[in-house]
Amino acid sequence: MGNYLLRRLLIAVPSLLGISLILFTVLALAPGDPFEDLATNPNVPAEVRLALRASLGLDDPVWQRYLHWLGSMLQGNWGFSFVSRIDVDTLIWQRLPVTIAIIGASQILALMVALPVGILAAVKPYSWFDRIASTMAFVGFSLPTFFTGVLFILVFSIELGWLPFVFRADISETGWQWWVEQIKQSIMPVAVLGLFQAASWMRYVRSSVLDVIRLDYVSTARSKGLAERAVVMKHVVRNALIPVVTLIALQLPQLFGGAIVTEQIFRIPGIGSLLIDAILRNDTPVVMAVTFVLSALVIIFNLLADVVYGWLDPRISYT
Amino acid sequence: MAGSTPASATPERASPRSLTPWAEAWRRFKRHRLAYWSLWVLGLLVLGVLLGPLVYKVGINDIDFQARLAPPSWKHPLGTDDLGRDLLARVLYGGRISLAVGMAAMLIAITVGVIIGAIAGISRGWLDAALMWVTDLFLSLPQLPLLLLLIFLFRETLKNLFGLEVGIFLLIVVVIGGFRWMPVARLVRAQFFSLREKEFVEAARALGASTSRQVVRHILPNALGPVIVAATIDVQAAIIAESTLSFLGLGFPPDIPTWGRILYDGRDYMDLAPYWVLFPGLAIFITVLTISFIGDGLRDALDPRRVL
Amino acid sequence: MALLEIKGLKTHFKTDDGWLHAVDGVDIAIDRGETVGVVGESGCGKSVTAKTVMKLIDMPPGKIVAGQVLWKGRDLVPLPPEAMQKIRAKEISIIFQEPMTSLNPVFTVGEQIAESLRLHEGLSRKDALDRAVEMLKLVRIPTPERRVTDYPHQFSGGMRQRVMIAIALACKPQLVIADEPTTALDVTIQAQILDLLQRLKDEMGMAVMLITHAMGVVAEVAQRVVVMYAGKVVEEAPVQALFAHPRHPYTQGLIRSIPRIDLDAQHKVRLEAIPGTVPKLIDPAEGCRFAARCKFAKAECTQATPPLREAAAGHRVACFFDL
Repeated sequence: MGNYLLRRLLIAVPSLLGISLILFTVLALAPGDPFEDLATNPNVPAEVRLALRASLGLDDPVWQRYLHWLGSMLQGNWGFSFVSRIDVDTLIWQRLPVTIAIIGASQILALMVALPVGILAAVKPYSWFDRIASTMAFVGFSLPTFFTGVLFILVFSIELGWLPFVFRADISETGWQWWVEQIKQSIMPVAVLGLFQAASWMRYVRSSVLDVIRLDYVSTARSKGLAERAVVMKHVVRNALIPVVTLIALQLPQLFGGAIVTEQIFRIPGIGSLLIDAILRNDTPVVMAVTFVLSALVIIFNLLADVVYGWLDPRISYT
Repeated sequence: MAGSTPASATPERASPRSLTPWAEAWRRFKRHRLAYWSLWVLGLLVLGVLLGPLVYKVGINDIDFQARLAPPSWKHPLGTDDLGRDLLARVLYGGRISLAVGMAAMLIAITVGVIIGAIAGISRGWLDAALMWVTDLFLSLPQLPLLLLLIFLFRETLKNLFGLEVGIFLLIVVVIGGFRWMPVARLVRAQFFSLREKEFVEAARALGASTSRQVVRHILPNALGPVIVAATIDVQAAIIAESTLSFLGLGFPPDIPTWGRILYDGRDYMDLAPYWVLFPGLAIFITVLTISFIGDGLRDALDPRRVL
Repeated sequence: MALLEIKGLKTHFKTDDGWLHAVDGVDIAIDRGETVGVVGESGCGKSVTAKTVMKLIDMPPGKIVAGQVLWKGRDLVPLPPEAMQKIRAKEISIIFQEPMTSLNPVFTVGEQIAESLRLHEGLSRKDALDRAVEMLKLVRIPTPERRVTDYPHQFSGGMRQRVMIAIALACKPQLVIADEPTTALDVTIQAQILDLLQRLKDEMGMAVMLITHAMGVVAEVAQRVVVMYAGKVVEEAPVQALFAHPRHPYTQGLIRSIPRIDLDAQHKVRLEAIPGTVPKLIDPAEGCRFAARCKFAKAECTQATPPLREAAAGHRVACFFDL
């Protein structure tokens, strides 16, 4: 197992470098000067602007800029946002927890829905339960998250008035009330993201269980006299989960996209909305830092998925 | 995948009918009722979007303050927006763009994916490993953030190069398609791996067929099945991606009424005019749903392992 | 009373083109401690018969249309799943054909053997694993104490089949159904596995239903032989009698198609193949199913299905004629 992990880690590092290279290249190729706005700002004299450019090495050759940038990124020195007048890392650390909390909660919701529904649907394929569940899954992942979010707001906030549709990071109530308010405002974005994920995961779980349940070793398990429930829960699920874990990990990059959209709809102050604001306001250091952080997160989660995969499948670790 | 030999509790049986592979595939497709009906619904939708503006000659930018925020009626079947513009005309127009973007992005993704997958699949050793590493790298990129970034950075350049609409269209299509080639490449590579060891390819090799001939005449046709299914997923993903971009304000220019854009415009009037967001949303939903069902039907029809 | 008595068993499968009569009226009896060989070519229904005894057939699309499976006098066909689960592995167990895919890849070999022990004998985890080590020793796997915590992919095909045998024998069942246990193995390993099965049978005294398409295997190992064709039993006899005087044209064809290297040049006989192919089993017509390929066929063969009749002591054949 140690060998396997080491190999995955050794692949992760060049991947991170590769991503950083791509990011940097994109930004370097882009036309426009990050300090264009400052040029029109009467409060910043020309010499200051030129000095700033020199200090950030904007006139150095590209490869030097890349190494310099990479170095500062890895050291945690993510620069300063002129637009918000705040250190970029402070800004990111302020916003990251909310995004992670919402994404985390939605993943848990998705698992809690997709696993049992997928397994039940596969155990009785083409039954009425399966047909309904599969059709709902199709409906689920054909509804873009922004539409579902909008629909939820229409129904639960506007028509029924049950839930607020503007997210507040600073809830004044304390204790029990704080939790209630938090849940009330988080439930819609979490549900939007979670149900969307659950829809596609349910199909994966179902197809994986269907594949495994016809295999020979499942017959062997039955021939031992195990009850069908034990056969499915013990023998089938463990094997069926293996490819599902990989698929979930592969979908992680999309999840951040979904978070961006939900944060816009529900006006949640997370990383996603930070990115959009930064793009629209030409705030380059923030844009670079956020994309880098998101990419790093994806790689870290992929590594985690590899660990779980290695734990689930002994053929990987015991070769 | 954990094991691939199915338990042989049911005896083998030969099908008494003998149809050409395409006819057989069509027969299997028709059995998937949802897919079959989806084909008709999508067909109607496409026809409507293509021919509708020829019949329904209301302009997409006809401002009429008298009729602003009007609910659906005979005059304006889908209602109007805050400037009194007819929503049906705008939705029809947006449909053309969405479908065009979907198809074009899918073509790019499939072309790039098949080429890279085929090269990786037929070569061994370092070339395959290198291509796979690049594929995995692209798969790890967070798509939406980068999409936003790329569009934001290169919008001006492309507008200057190709003109406003064409430029943005090219940018969006290339960028969206550029993020969807990876699953296709992996699929094609996997198919190549399993097919190139098969006996009929070896037979062709023994008869002196060159590598490229083996690939084009023998392997590719058999690898097509999953690629077709992947293509339908690509169209659907591209449509959603374009709508999402428009919804976030970073898609086509604001005056072009793509479905995502109409939703974006209607967001602030949800309480007064819910139909404004409902109709474009439904349009996206129905298009994507039908394509999903068709893709599922195709998977059933083209997968030789399934006995239906 | 025979240990296992299959009477008039009919297992059919629903397909798009009609009902497939996989097993169409089969009678087989097995006594305590007996080895009965069930021979026939692929598709004749022997595996389906075996799986029907264990009730391991998928019940749609399969269906036990008629017949009884009497285990110690008790009919298994109407038995509910919970009762059937108590019989599986404890009283009747089965060894499958494909050792490479019959073991769960994510559990150790020891755990898989221990599973039936814990289920049927209520052993604790530790006790069950100890017994698993003993079973591995019994099936002659070297260094069993170390191997018991290994995973299936760390074993070769022959070793995996030994593990399957260990699993099948763990609870000391009274009948072991071996469904083509050596077909997927190399010839040298085949001999070892058959040898092992024989030895274990002598040690533990269980009955064996050995399903195979190789006549040579049956000649060595079985005491009685049942020959199946197209879902029916066509001949049944003690092994010596069957080989000395096969009475059904199909059996005769089978025996004559075995290549013999022990005959010298003068006595070499031309290798005979049975012309034609197995008939389609979907909604089959009346009449002897072998008639189309039989060189002795007459008009009455296609009009009525010949019943199994006693042609000599303990030797039954489903043919109208004495051949």
